[in-house]
Amino acid sequence: MPVNEAIKSIQADLSQTFNQDLRFSETFGDTVINFPKEKVVAIMSHLKTRHQFIMMLDICGVDYPQRTKRFDVVYHLYAPSTKARLRLKTEVGENETIDTVTSVWRGANWFEREAFDMFGLIFKGHPNLRKLLTHHEFVGHPLRKDYPADRQQPCSKTEDIWFEADQGHSNDSDKNLVPINIGPSHPATHGTFRIMAELDGETINRCNVEIGYLHRCFEKMAETHFYNQIIPYTDRLNYCSAPMNNVGFCKMVERMLGVTIPPKAIAMRIVLSELSRVIDHLVCIGTNAVDLGALTVFWYIFEQRERVYTLFEKLCGARLTVALTRIGGMLYDNPAGWEKECLETVVGIRKCVDEMDRLLTGNKIFIKRTQGVGKISADDAIAFGYTGPCLRACGVNLDLRKAEPYYGYNELDFDVPIGTNGDTYDRYLVRMEEMRQSLKIVTQVCKNMPSGDYTIRNKDIVLPEKKDVWGNIEGLMNHFMLVVKGVRPPAGEIYDYTEAANGELGFYLVSDGGPRPYRLKCRPPCFPLIQAFPSMMQGSYIADVIATLGSLNIVAGELER
Amino acid sequence: MPNIESSNTEINHMLNSSVMTTRADKFISWGRKNALWPLPFGTACCGIEFMSVVGPRYDVARFGAEVVRFSPRQSDLLIVAGTIVEKMGPVLKLIYDQMLDPKWVIAMGACASSGGFYRSYHTMQGCDKIIPVDVYVPGCPPTPEAVIDGIMKVQELIASGKKRPQDLRRDKEAIKNNPALHLKNGGR
Repeated sequence: MPVNEAIKSIQADLSQTFNQDLRFSETFGDTVINFPKEKVVAIMSHLKTRHQFIMMLDICGVDYPQRTKRFDVVYHLYAPSTKARLRLKTEVGENETIDTVTSVWRGANWFEREAFDMFGLIFKGHPNLRKLLTHHEFVGHPLRKDYPADRQQPCSKTEDIWFEADQGHSNDSDKNLVPINIGPSHPATHGTFRIMAELDGETINRCNVEIGYLHRCFEKMAETHFYNQIIPYTDRLNYCSAPMNNVGFCKMVERMLGVTIPPKAIAMRIVLSELSRVIDHLVCIGTNAVDLGALTVFWYIFEQRERVYTLFEKLCGARLTVALTRIGGMLYDNPAGWEKECLETVVGIRKCVDEMDRLLTGNKIFIKRTQGVGKISADDAIAFGYTGPCLRACGVNLDLRKAEPYYGYNELDFDVPIGTNGDTYDRYLVRMEEMRQSLKIVTQVCKNMPSGDYTIRNKDIVLPEKKDVWGNIEGLMNHFMLVVKGVRPPAGEIYDYTEAANGELGFYLVSDGGPRPYRLKCRPPCFPLIQAFPSMMQGSYIADVIATLGSLNIVAGELER
Repeated sequence: MPNIESSNTEINHMLNSSVMTTRADKFISWGRKNALWPLPFGTACCGIEFMSVVGPRYDVARFGAEVVRFSPRQSDLLIVAGTIVEKMGPVLKLIYDQMLDPKWVIAMGACASSGGFYRSYHTMQGCDKIIPVDVYVPGCPPTPEAVIDGIMKVQELIASGKKRPQDLRRDKEAIKNNPALHLKNGGR
């Protein structure tokens, strides 16, 4: 059934079941349903059971201080079987509460905690409504419009170890349970988060994760900057594969502006995205192997990463945080011969991947440390909102490049690898094969690189070239006007997504027609991955924590924004 | 009975060919600067770029600083690589305090130096708000060459034997606790 028909039948069914309570609308191609907040659990469970909306992608708040009911709570749902996406919105006043949907989707837990932290929204019945990103001494709710973006509050001490109520109890006095703290500065965390575990010998009795050690306020910064100024901030979300975030953000703004970018820009974006996917997976597998004691792989892969950095440097001068795309296309045209060099690099990386394969895939120690470790079932993974390689390792065939192709991915020849067990070893295998497929895509696109312009030429969206700015008065004026006025998407809201290295990277933008976003919410793929971590680790060995953590590829910049 | 004259010449010859004389503190500084054990406090993007510094192409081993230790007790160079947010502040302070003297600190990148372009409610505006920093490396993130340059600056600082405010404070404290030290140092 095509998506439009599916959505129509959902609308018909919903209006029959909940009669006058719902208001349907469509904005920029997204289906939006406004509903009264009292019915939140009823509607959500109806959608989940009757219409296969088994994935809850995102919950966030939006603040409208002038309104009587100040906040919007926005839910983004996805039904993989019909490919239907829904946005549900409800209004909540400042002193009101809304029922939690954690009973419908387990993954809603942290999203609601974040909304509580950022906006002060109270979710009634939530198992553990406490701050998620800001530190425990922080007063106020920073994403409210009346909280100044630069008001810092120092933190005097770290919070003590704590566990959630549903993570079991330790009242058994026969056991000598040892609480242990891992991180936030620990070689195996690769980023900055804290694992609190309670050990019974070597076994984990219960475990908890605390994040927020790299919450640098991307969303608040986005509200205070022009659209093109946000692109460098997106680089620093998932800094292991920075260009992919640029692409995701620009794609969203372009869809809102209603512009189509030229084929050359699309081809370049695909090449950059796939190269980033490869280097992201490389560093994930490399560091995972380091944690398991195999240092050699890391030295092998890093040389390949350097070679990709060299390619990026030739395009823009930067290595890691490239900010290569612009709204409307790319920043520069490729230098002559870049595609050829890219193809040579691809051959090198392919060789390196095969070498890694020989080092790890059949390695007895590696297999013993990873097979059956950190297992998660497909149902659990979906309930938590897993996407990307970690979901595919559980045997779920969901890759947005195939499921909802954008940028002409459907015309490219590549396969989506699927795992079976959902353990650390399968995640490793899926990533290995994904790298090979990505390299295949890069080769195809580089061999057929379209000619033509690398960006659209709309003076309200794209800055003129430097030779025009310095060479003629019109160019100078257009440059000046765009820098002062900024890109202004029409008022409205949009949710757009790309398949990033870790899964679905979504951006939800509320625009008031001004040069800055009114609200920008990033749906980070890592967020559900780490949220499921405590339940995955229960009952396993402490050494498995390290093995599993590396295979999930948590990138703190994206996780905590 | 051996000839004293000839034996002296022999000793002189030996001394000239295989022995150098220097001051003790200079000798110790020489050793320290060529065997820095860094603790990479990698929190964000700079942490990935620090991997490049250690990696095969830039190879920080050429500067004697490749023994990366994640225990503050075993390291003497703290490289703050990445954004420090307010929540991380107490952790960074604790790690710095746990490091044994003498110790040096590099703030790698714009965020660690000044908060960078995150002028926001949860980002510390530079890690020097809580710990003393010796070398600031600019960049977002800095290139590996810049980081190596920063490490060389630390080496110069060590070789110069210059006392930093925290060294003077530490010396004063030590003398207060143990007055005998004062005499031992010739009243310096």
